[in-house]
Amino acid sequence: MPAVSKGDGMRGLAVFISDIRNCKSKEAEIKRINKELANIRSKFKGDKALDGYSKKKYVCKLLFIFLLGHDIDFGHMEAVNLLSSNKYTEKQIGYLFISVLVNSNSELIRLINNAIKNDLSSRNPTFMCLALHCIANVGSREMAEAFASEIPRILVAGDTMDSVKQSAALCLLRLYKTSPDLVLMGEWTSRVVHLLNDQHMGVVTAAISLITCLSMKNPDEFKTCVSLAVSRLSRIVSSASTDLQDYTYYFVPAPWLSCKLLRLLQCYPPPEDGAVKGRLVECLETILNKAQEPPKSKKVQHSNAKNAILFEAISLIIHYDSEPNLLVRACNQLGQFLQHRETNLRYLALESMCTLASSEFSHEAVKTHIETVINALKTERDVSVRQRAADLLYAMCDRSNAKQIVAEMLSYLETADYSIREEMVLKVAILAEKYAVDYSWYVDTILNLIRIAGDYVSEEVWYRVIQIVINRDDVQGYAAKTVFEALQAPACHENMVKVGGYILGEFGNLIAGDPRSSPLVQFNLLHSKFHLCSVPTRALLLSAYIKFINLFPETKATIQEVLRCDSQIRNSDVELQQRAVEYLKLSSIASTDVLATVLEEMPPFPERESSILAKLKKKKGPGAVSVTELEDSKREGGELNGGGDRGSDTASTPSPSADLLGIRSAAPIGAAPASAGSLLVDVFSEAGSAFSPFLSLFLLISFHTMAKSLPPCPCIVCVWMAFPSFFFFFSFFVFTSMVPFPICSHPLSCGLSAPPSEDPAPPLSEADELLNKFVCKNNGVLFENQLLQIGIKSEYRQNLGRMYLFFGNKTSVQFASFTTTVSCPGELQSHILLLNVQTKPVEPLVEGGAQIQQVLNIECLTDFSEAPLLNIKFRYGGALQNLTLKLPVTINKFFQPTEMASHDFFQRWKQLSQPQQEAQKIFKANHSMDTEVLKAKLLGLGTALLDNVDPNPENYVCAGVIQTKSQQVGCLLRLEPNAQAQMYRLTLRCSKDSVSKRLCELLAEQF
Amino acid sequence: MIKAILIFNNHGKPRLIRFYQYFAEDMQQQIIRETFHLVSKRDDNVCNFLEGGSLIGGSDYKLIYRHYATLYFVFCVDSSESELGILDLIQVFVETLDKCFENVCELDLIFHMDKVHYILQEVVMGGMVLETNMNEIVAQVENKISPSGGLSAAPARAVSAVKNMNLPEIPRNINIGDINIKVPSLSPF
Repeated sequence: MPAVSKGDGMRGLAVFISDIRNCKSKEAEIKRINKELANIRSKFKGDKALDGYSKKKYVCKLLFIFLLGHDIDFGHMEAVNLLSSNKYTEKQIGYLFISVLVNSNSELIRLINNAIKNDLSSRNPTFMCLALHCIANVGSREMAEAFASEIPRILVAGDTMDSVKQSAALCLLRLYKTSPDLVLMGEWTSRVVHLLNDQHMGVVTAAISLITCLSMKNPDEFKTCVSLAVSRLSRIVSSASTDLQDYTYYFVPAPWLSCKLLRLLQCYPPPEDGAVKGRLVECLETILNKAQEPPKSKKVQHSNAKNAILFEAISLIIHYDSEPNLLVRACNQLGQFLQHRETNLRYLALESMCTLASSEFSHEAVKTHIETVINALKTERDVSVRQRAADLLYAMCDRSNAKQIVAEMLSYLETADYSIREEMVLKVAILAEKYAVDYSWYVDTILNLIRIAGDYVSEEVWYRVIQIVINRDDVQGYAAKTVFEALQAPACHENMVKVGGYILGEFGNLIAGDPRSSPLVQFNLLHSKFHLCSVPTRALLLSAYIKFINLFPETKATIQEVLRCDSQIRNSDVELQQRAVEYLKLSSIASTDVLATVLEEMPPFPERESSILAKLKKKKGPGAVSVTELEDSKREGGELNGGGDRGSDTASTPSPSADLLGIRSAAPIGAAPASAGSLLVDVFSEAGSAFSPFLSLFLLISFHTMAKSLPPCPCIVCVWMAFPSFFFFFSFFVFTSMVPFPICSHPLSCGLSAPPSEDPAPPLSEADELLNKFVCKNNGVLFENQLLQIGIKSEYRQNLGRMYLFFGNKTSVQFASFTTTVSCPGELQSHILLLNVQTKPVEPLVEGGAQIQQVLNIECLTDFSEAPLLNIKFRYGGALQNLTLKLPVTINKFFQPTEMASHDFFQRWKQLSQPQQEAQKIFKANHSMDTEVLKAKLLGLGTALLDNVDPNPENYVCAGVIQTKSQQVGCLLRLEPNAQAQMYRLTLRCSKDSVSKRLCELLAEQF
Repeated sequence: MIKAILIFNNHGKPRLIRFYQYFAEDMQQQIIRETFHLVSKRDDNVCNFLEGGSLIGGSDYKLIYRHYATLYFVFCVDSSESELGILDLIQVFVETLDKCFENVCELDLIFHMDKVHYILQEVVMGGMVLETNMNEIVAQVENKISPSGGLSAAPARAVSAVKNMNLPEIPRNINIGDINIKVPSLSPF
């Protein structure tokens, strides 16, 4: 077999590579490379025109230098020149350089597109293939615009060579993925589908990738492919190993194509046509039968290829989930593989069984393999395989085997790889909860979990155990006893101390009868851990102590002494000091009755989805936890919480995003510091500021009254954790008379007259447009018509803002009954808080030509997408005017600019690499693309505009932090203008996905 | 879809890198380092699949690799690809290299980097598989390198048909592993 023309190698290139290889040190290598780069640069810049061969050689050297990890910032132009060469080898290297090194650099893409255009129309099949390769590899939007209409024509034309057809199919696929809007299949659909019948297997191989992708997006238009795919598959499966000649791979006919056909069929439900279905079932049976035949070769490649088809066939059977007979055969086959000597097969068998376990036909069959799977978890040498085994155990778990599986997973945890511990912990916690029949088992399991893998037990897990213990009075005594025992261990994990503190603080009285766990013993045990704990845990313990004073009056003196000592009352940590001072004061002033009311036992939690499950879902990415599983857990969760006598009303809807200690968005006090999604941690960190001293006490007391009359409120927990800071107990009574009830959830009225009875008008059609005008500026005229002009001045600092509204009467007649109302639609109520502070009461009468002013104070609690609404009503000459606008309060107003160096920027950029953290939009320029204008807008946005960060000086990058009360959201922005095309590409990456999305929407309207 | 194809030697020196999704240059280098780190610490007889590194896409992606003598061939693919199928594809690629270079070794990859790219281009295009038939791939590569020369100027399929004529055993069944000069232990098992 002839070698790839070794003869015409480039000598200079070989010499250079040898030189590099002979370098003794990294420094020498870099020196040699720099010398070569200088040489190439001077050659490219020199006056003498280079011939094609030299250009090719130098471009090839640059490619090699790039491979070694050095940036190449020149040579692109020379590569583009090579494209127009008539010599194949020169053209080829030009295209190679471009597809490896060029991304959508606008200047060059135009030239490249020209060269591609020429090659596509050259009718020379090798040139056409090169051009198609280049499009498929670069795949930019510009290319899609230029060639999206041309490629389908090449693909289906009768006289196109097979090799060109193959390339055209994949090229079209790439363009479809980049710009689906530009690839219009309509008229080509049926001819593309019929490529499945092409005689050339290579064409079918390429086309099937295209058809699979198109079918996933438009299943109906492409559904004719099902019968064609089945007949093609059937022809391959039933052929003898020599029929397909070159496409037979180690005695297996066309394994790759078979796999792809089986994958394509997985885009559709089982065929409805009986004949097609019969044929397909026959194919699947043949594939399963072949697995049992003796191998035609001992080579691993033979069994690999055969099993590749088999696994795809099994996936299809599982996907159909309708042929019990095939499902059971598939399960048996996988069972055999579980014990196979090939690690790859064991891995894949475990993975496939995971999906099989969720089918009702095969769940039981999967369960029979439990011992093998447990064994795999214990003995596999490869962590990838053990991970699959753990996944499968999780999937096959049900009420009948939960105890065994949880025990095995727990014992595995002691030696598990660090990389999978956290996930294992979550899984154990979920299974224990989901299948708990007896809650003492559940409590034991979670405490074991903390003991074995305390560092990996996230907050969600221990919050959950507390939630369950509080809601189930039959387990409280047992829990108290167990934590008490667990705390006896000389070294306990801090999470154990937290659980212990909480549970003993609530239910220590249930075990106090036993002299071995008398109140003082309990207290001393807890306090012996105190000094080793972190601040949040100590804060929690202090709350436990004050609860003890209520539960056991005999401990009062001891505890007061502890609170009084300098290390508490003068602690340098504000939170601890405050708690110590306040608890001490509370315990000395309050009467027993008040104390008993304030420190009463927690009411049960409302039922809700397990936050642990939510966390696991987040960890595994969307789709990892099936919907049924979710619903299952809800149902189970309901049983769990509703089962106890004290369980909350089952009719109350669980709020899906709420977690154990989160605060419901409809919390009674608007100042509750976070939305439903926030965690306890936030409360800790902001305890000082989150609650005003008075408010917190007010909260505390009102909770307990409410707990009796109203549905239980989850806020209590945050009070438990972040105990209120109150200095003057009795101020409370003063306070109650002036408590500013939350205005955010109610429309607020600034007029003195009774509000008109008419409902506020729906927002004006141009409200969004008006809003968009203010994204990058703070002052200006918001609205104007013949009667009224509304001006705005606003200023923002951190998460607070103040907005001045000016209402001007443009007529000479007075407006009567002038009222303005600000409301927050829907969810927004909990996201931003508007407080109306009037400097002077607004007169209901606005004289002709006069202007009145109103001030709004704004606080951003958490990120939001909707804008608040401003409704204005007044009577002008007897007719009621009613109009609603969107107040230009957008999330970017709370930006604080952040300066950073290029290095930092890219590091952060990479950290925000989860797909949902990024939002991107490509859009046409609507305004001038002038640099200064753009800069002004980006600065107006509130971010810092960073220079010298983006390698392309045309681009803009910005960084900023959005300050909300509950959290800070870091945001990075990149704007890439393309002056030629009058387009922009805008990319945002933020630490919170909703923010990326919202900012992207807002900004796309600005340029 | 195949997101990237990386070939590096036992010391982590890249011999071929091909990304089918855009990553900045320094990111590419980081991905290579991370991938090498993940793959090189694994024993030779564990399984050939592992979850992707954090840089290239995390748990939605798999690294599928084979280790031949001094070289690692790593394909990073998403869940739409069959794991064993990709393993076969790596084998097809390596056997094709072997045919084109007459017993391929690491040095061939170093000194003929461009040709390795051309061969790969006949197998994978824009992250999708173009052709799996080794004879066809070899024919395409030869045909394009010297389009004017005698036999190989004929359409590729004719060439492969001629080559297969009257051959009871297809030549590829001569085991490369048995020749075993430059590619010892072709199969990683």
